[in-house]
Order: sequence, then C-alpha cells, then structure tokens
Amino acid sequence: MMNRLEVLQILKKHITDQIVISSYSTASEWIEINDRPLNYFSHGAMGLGSSHGLGMALALPERRVVVLDGDGSLLMNLPTLVSIGRAAPKNFTHIVFRNGTYEANGGHPIPNPKTDFEAMAKAAAISKACTISTTQDFENKLQWLLNDEGPLFACLDIEQGPLGPRDYKEMYRPERRKALRVAVGADPA
Amino acid sequence: MNAPAAAQDVLQSRVLHGLSIIDAVKKAGVEYVLSVPDLHTSKGLLYPIADDKDLNLVRVCKEDECLGISAGLTYGNKRSLILMQYTGFLYAMNAIRAVACEYSFPAAMMIGMLGLEEGVAPKESKKFGLKIIAPILETMQIPYEVIDTDADIARIGPAIEHAYAHSHPTAFLIARRPLAS
Repeated sequence: MMNRLEVLQILKKHITDQIVISSYSTASEWIEINDRPLNYFSHGAMGLGSSHGLGMALALPERRVVVLDGDGSLLMNLPTLVSIGRAAPKNFTHIVFRNGTYEANGGHPIPNPKTDFEAMAKAAAISKACTISTTQDFENKLQWLLNDEGPLFACLDIEQGPLGPRDYKEMYRPERRKALRVAVGADPA
Repeated sequence: MNAPAAAQDVLQSRVLHGLSIIDAVKKAGVEYVLSVPDLHTSKGLLYPIADDKDLNLVRVCKEDECLGISAGLTYGNKRSLILMQYTGFLYAMNAIRAVACEYSFPAAMMIGMLGLEEGVAPKESKKFGLKIIAPILETMQIPYEVIDTDADIARIGPAIEHAYAHSHPTAFLIARRPLAS
C-alpha cells in the first residue's frame, strides 16, 4: 500500500510537458507540489476528469494527457473506460488511485473496495493496463506509463489520505483554465 | 405516417432534412459529434453523421461524458455537437450545470424530442418528460431553438457560433423526426 503524496512526488520528477488532469484530494496534493499552467482541475461533476482528458487527448494528439483519477470518481463514470477503449487515443494515460473510499466525501467506503479496475480496463479494450502496489514498481513503470502508445491504464493501491474538507476554490479559478489554453496554444499569450 | 399525409407535408414544407442539419453544423465549424444513440435522430442524423468523412463521431455510453469531452476538445479549439435524446439531457443535468453553465464551457446540444406530438410546441406537449425540457433550459439560462422544419435550420449555425464565441451552452430541440434524405 502506497502513500499518495509519495507517489505524486515520484510522478513530479518525470512530468515535463504533459497535461495533468486531477480532481479532489489528489488535485489538492498535486497543486501543492507541482503548481504549473499545464495542470487542469476537473471540477463540478465528479467522475468527469477522464472525459475531459479524452477530449483533450483527441484535440491535442501531439500532447500526452495524464489523468489522475480516484476510485470513487471512476465508479461515478465507469463507462468512460468503454468510451476511452473505443476512441483509443495514443496519447492518453489514466492513473487511478484506489484507496477504497470516497475520501473527499467523508471517507465512506466505495460499494466494493475489492473492485478490480485493471480487469475492468482490460475488459473495455484498454489492453495496456496494470495494478501497482509499491513505489518501486511505480518508478519502474513510469516511463512506460508516460511514453508508450496509449491508451494506458494503471490502478495504484494507496492508503487513505487525510479527510476533508479541502478548499478547492483556488484550483478552480478561471485564470487557471485560461493559463492552460495559453500553454497549449489554444489562445495567444 | 401514411403516404398521402407524407406527400402533404412535403407540399407544405413540413419536413426536416437531416442532411441539411448536418450541413449547417459543419458550416459552423463542428468537427466532432459526441453521441448516445436516440431513435428520434437515428436515421436522419446519426447514421449519416457516422458515414460523414468530415465529422469525427465519438460514441459514448452516457450523455454526461459528452460534457467533459466537449470541454476537453476546446483546448485544441475543436468544436463539437452533443447529440442525445431528451432523456439523456435530463440524465446529464449535473454535468451540464457544472461544466457548461457554472464553468462556462461552450456546449452545443442537439436534443431529440422523441414522441413529441406533431405541430405541438415542446412546452405544450401532453408528455411530462417533453414539456419540462424548455422550462429547464430557461431556468438554466441556456438559449435554445426549436428545430421543426427545414425553415428552422438557418438558426443552428449562428447559435453555435455565438456559443463558442462567448463560451456558453446552447440547445436545439429537434421536434420533428429528421428525414434521412
């Protein structure tokens, strides 16, 4: 069982020009350690982070899109795996932190913490899917996750982090969405 | 509809051609169509869209996915049309509220009004699910157009242009079942 913040610290060392999409608890920790224009915070409708990412991956095929999802979030938008599997963007990496709880909603357990997300991804035609339980394994697979032809999927087993409430207002500022548009060339600087 | 009634509709221009809708959408710069199939628009819109080499059809499982994908596409300045049934619109309500309304992403939603009585305005339908659609759009301050005959199609392009120029959602209520040819 890994610590999410440790995982994010490892990820930070390897992130360069990728768009990183995150939400809720993961987003709070990611912005603390790696605040940058190429971050995107999925907001307002739980579970849609991977759908935002799918749209970005289709629109920006030269840019790697990395979605940092939660297991509770994925369960709220589980069919996204089927849609991603069919669209099959080569520049798409979906990382799901599995702590078995709705951490952002009080720490209640997800309906079945034993859910095998790797198997679900594979069943949805995302053949490059794995489960990772140690930071060493994560470090070993990170280059593959960030560079191999997608779609790629990894379920990371982590311990539950600190429970909320967290303040998401800062990360949801419109200026952040504008900064991302400039960073990817959608708007002029 | 029997043959004499259909002929009468053609004479009186009470027809809606799917290909004309698709042409208007393409002229508005739409490159992607995001859709869950809807019987109302299946033959007249979705099948022709699937065969259209100028449009990228992204088939999704649930309508709320479309709101996220549509928003994501804007980061590459790609325009999309969300094609869904009115039941899907109701299903996706929270995503529409969050992504399109509160966070001001453009979203062009084409909503099939399956079962709407002919010649009846959506608000006047006797069917509960249909008559609540326009009032919901008004409550959410989402502009909409009722597309019932070919004469209404000219309103599609400007509405999409405005939605993308000013980052807001817009909706088209497809009242009459579009013809395939």
